[in-house]
Amino acid sequence: MTDANHKVEVDEATGTETTGHSWDGIKELNTPLPRWWLYIFYASIVFAVIWMVLMPALPALPFTNSGHTRGLLGQSDRVEVMAEVNRLKAERSAQAGAFVDASLEQIETDRNLQQFALALGESLFGDNCATCHGAGGRGAKGYPSLADDVWLWDGTLEGIETTLQHGIRHEEDDDTRNSAMPSFGKDGLLPRETINDLTEYVLHVSGQDAEEDAVARAEPVFQQECSICHGEDAKGMRSEGAPNLTDAEWLYGGDRATIFETIYNARNSHMPAWSDRLDATSIKALAVYVHTLGGGE
Amino acid sequence: MNQTIKRTDSTSPLSVGALLTVFLLLTIFIAANAADKAMEIQAYTFLALAGAFLIGICLWGADQNSKDAFDETEYDDKVVKVGVAMSTFWGLAGLLVGVIIALQLTWPNIFYFADFGFTNFGRLRPLHTSAVIFAFGGNVLLASSFYVVQRTCRTRLAGGMWPWFVVWGYQIFIALAGTGYLLGITQSKEYAEPEWYVDLWLTIVWVVYLLVFLGTIWKRKEKHIYVANWFFLAFIVTIAMLHIVNNLSIPVTLTGSKSVQLFAGVQDAMTQWWYGHNAVGFFLTAGFLAIMYYFIPKRADRPVYSYRLSIVHFWSLIFIYIWAGPHHLHYTALPQWAQTLGMTFSIMLWMPSWGGMINGLMTLSGAWDKLRTDPVLRMMIVSLAFYGMSTFEGPMMSVRAVNALSHYTEWGIGHVHSGSLGWVGYISFGALYCLVPWLYKRPALFSRSLVEWHFWISTIGIVFYICSMYFAGITEGLMWRAYNEFGFLEYSFVETVEAKHIAYMIRALGGLMYFAGAVMMAINLTMTALGKGEARDSEAAEKSKQAAGSLQPAE
Repeated sequence: MTDANHKVEVDEATGTETTGHSWDGIKELNTPLPRWWLYIFYASIVFAVIWMVLMPALPALPFTNSGHTRGLLGQSDRVEVMAEVNRLKAERSAQAGAFVDASLEQIETDRNLQQFALALGESLFGDNCATCHGAGGRGAKGYPSLADDVWLWDGTLEGIETTLQHGIRHEEDDDTRNSAMPSFGKDGLLPRETINDLTEYVLHVSGQDAEEDAVARAEPVFQQECSICHGEDAKGMRSEGAPNLTDAEWLYGGDRATIFETIYNARNSHMPAWSDRLDATSIKALAVYVHTLGGGE
Repeated sequence: MNQTIKRTDSTSPLSVGALLTVFLLLTIFIAANAADKAMEIQAYTFLALAGAFLIGICLWGADQNSKDAFDETEYDDKVVKVGVAMSTFWGLAGLLVGVIIALQLTWPNIFYFADFGFTNFGRLRPLHTSAVIFAFGGNVLLASSFYVVQRTCRTRLAGGMWPWFVVWGYQIFIALAGTGYLLGITQSKEYAEPEWYVDLWLTIVWVVYLLVFLGTIWKRKEKHIYVANWFFLAFIVTIAMLHIVNNLSIPVTLTGSKSVQLFAGVQDAMTQWWYGHNAVGFFLTAGFLAIMYYFIPKRADRPVYSYRLSIVHFWSLIFIYIWAGPHHLHYTALPQWAQTLGMTFSIMLWMPSWGGMINGLMTLSGAWDKLRTDPVLRMMIVSLAFYGMSTFEGPMMSVRAVNALSHYTEWGIGHVHSGSLGWVGYISFGALYCLVPWLYKRPALFSRSLVEWHFWISTIGIVFYICSMYFAGITEGLMWRAYNEFGFLEYSFVETVEAKHIAYMIRALGGLMYFAGAVMMAINLTMTALGKGEARDSEAAEKSKQAAGSLQPAE
C-alpha cells in the first residue's frame, strides 16, 4: 500500500518495465500504445467527422432551423426512394398502360401483355399466395393445387378472377363463394355406423377397395344426404364447390381415416377475398398467372 | 476499521430477511388477487423461491457455525461456488433450447408440438436468448466479479448476507422471466422481454449488486483499482441505467402481468436499441473483458501487456459504445441523421474494441508455448480471436451500404453467434475451468483431455454455425433484392426460406456440437469439484488447502 511496495521491474521476456503495481500477483507492463492501433483509431475518427459533415448528422444545433444538419452532399433517403419509385413507375407505365385496359382474353392472346402479366403475377403469387398454395401453386393438404386441371369452383379466367376478388367462405365479402358441408358426426346428424358405411361408399366410388355390404347400405344415405351437392354420380358440383369424389384427386386425403374425418367433422376451408388488399391490375395479373399454371380452362 | 465493518455485516441477515418478508407479503396479496392466471402462477413461483431463501437464512441463523460468519480474514467463496454451479446449469439449459429452436427452424413439421403450445418457436426463442445471455452469462459475471474483486482488492466481499441476496435474487429473476415466457408473458422488447414486476425485482437485485461491489472496492487493501474492476463497474452501472430506462412502463393493474410502454413509435424503437446494443456492449463486452483481464494474465502467469492501452481503450470503449445503437435501425423510420451518427460512432468503436483483444493476446508474449499444453488458456485466447473478428464485423455491418444487404438476414445471426459462442462462451468456459479447481482447492481439473475434446468439438461446431449462417444470410439478402427484367421481385419470400434449408441443417449440427462440448465441461467441472480423477488431492495439496482460503498477505 505504501510506496515501498511500488517496485518497477523489468520483464525478462519482453524487456519492458512494469508499472510497479501488483494485484493478486498480476502485474502490468508499461508498454506504449501500439502505433498502428493509435493511427487507425485516429483515422476512424477523422473519417467519422468527415462523414458527419457530408451527410445529415447533427441535431439541435442553433443554425439548423430545420432540426438537423443536411450535410454537404445534400443526400436524403426520402428523396432518393421517391426518385427510384418514380423511375420504376415510368419504366413500367408503357406496358402497364395497355395492360390496365385490356380484357383477360386480350392479355392471354397478346404476347407482350401476357409476358408482363406472368412476371407481375409470379411475383405477387410468391408473396401472397404461395404461403398456402405453395411455390408454383403445387398445393398442400387443405390447400388445392392450382397447377392441375381439377377445379372446385371455376377454372376459367373469369372464374379465377372472381375467386381472387371475393375469396371462398370469406364472411366479410357478400359475393364470396359460399357453401357449407354439414358436420355429420360432430353435430349428430348421422350415427357413427352410417358414417363408416359412407366412408366405404366414397372409397368404392373412387375406385378403392371397400366393404361391399357397407357400400350397399350407404347407397340410399348418399343419395339422400350427399347427392344434393356431390351429385347422384358423386362427380361433384362446381356451383357448390363440391369436389368430385370419383377421381384420385383429394384435397385432404383419400384414405379411409381421412375420409371418415371429413364426413364426421366437415372441412369448409377458407380463402380470403383479395379485392381489398390488391388492386384490380394485380388481381388481373394473378388470374392470368394462375390460369397458365397448368390447368386453366 | 475492521470492527466497524464486522458490526455492519452481522446485521445483514436481518435486513435481507426483512426485505424478503416485505416482498413475500406483497406477493401473497398479488397471488390472492391476481388479474390473470399467468400472474398467479408467477406469484406462487416467487413465493416458493423467495420463501425458500428466507427459510434458508433462518436455518443458517439457528446454526452455531453462523456465529463465525463474515470473517474478514477469509474470502467469501461459497457465494462464488453457487454462481459457478448456476452458470453451468443455465448454460446447458440455454444451449439445449438453442438446439431445439434450430431444429424447429430446420424441420418445422417434426419439431412442432401441437399439444404443448408453450414449445412454440415464438416462446422458446426468447427463452434461449435470455437463458444464454442473462442466466448463463449473468451468473458467470456474478461469480467471476465476486471472485476477482475480492482477490484484486485483497478484502472480503462487503455486505455479509447481501451478496447472497444478489446471487439468489438473480436466480429468482431468471426463474420468473423464463417461466413467464413459457406462459406467454412478454413486453415484446428483444432481450428485455420480462414484464414490469420482474423488471422491478431485477432493479432491486442489481442495485444491491452495485452496492456490494462498490463497498468491496471501498474497503480494498490495494492502493490502485485493478483494470478488471473498472470494467466490472462500468458493466454494473451501465446495465442498471439501460435496464431502468428501457423498461419504463405503466402496469395495466398492479395485480396483472401486462404493462404499457412509456415511449411510443420510433422513440420506443430507439430506446430499445440503445438498450439492446449496449446490452451487447456492457454486458457481453465490458463484463467479459473484465473476466479476460483477470483470468488470462493469471492463467498465463504473465503481466498484462500494456497499462496505457487498458486506460485508453477502456475510456474510449465506454464513451463511444453508448452512441452506436441506431445502427440497428438503418433504413427504418428512424431519422437519417440518427442513422449517420449510429454508423460513424460504430466505426470509431473498432479500435477501442480491438484494444482489449491486443492487450489480451499480447499478454502471452513470452508464453505462447502454453497454448500447446494448456487447452484452458487456448480456449481463452481463441475467444479473443473471435472477439476481434466480431468487433471488426460489427462496425463493418453498421455501414449503411453493407447493412442494406445484411440487415434482417441470417448474417446477423452468424455475427451474433461468432461473438457469443466464440467470445462470450469461450472466455466464460475458460474462467469456469480456472475457478472450479481454485475454489475447491483441487490440484488440477478432473480430466485435461476432456477439455481438449470440449475445445475441438465446440470450435468445429462454431465454424459450422457461423459459416452456414454467413452463407444463408448473404444468399437470402441477394435473393431479396433480385429483380426480374420487368422490375418485379425475382423470388418470393418462401423461396428464400427454402434456399436456407441445408444451411439450417448445418447450423443445427454446429449448435449440437457446441452443446455437446458444454456437457463435457459440466461433467468435468462436477468431477473436479468432487475431487475425482486428476483432481484427486495429494497430501501436499491437502496441506496447502488449509491456508489457501485466507487473504493474500500484503506485498
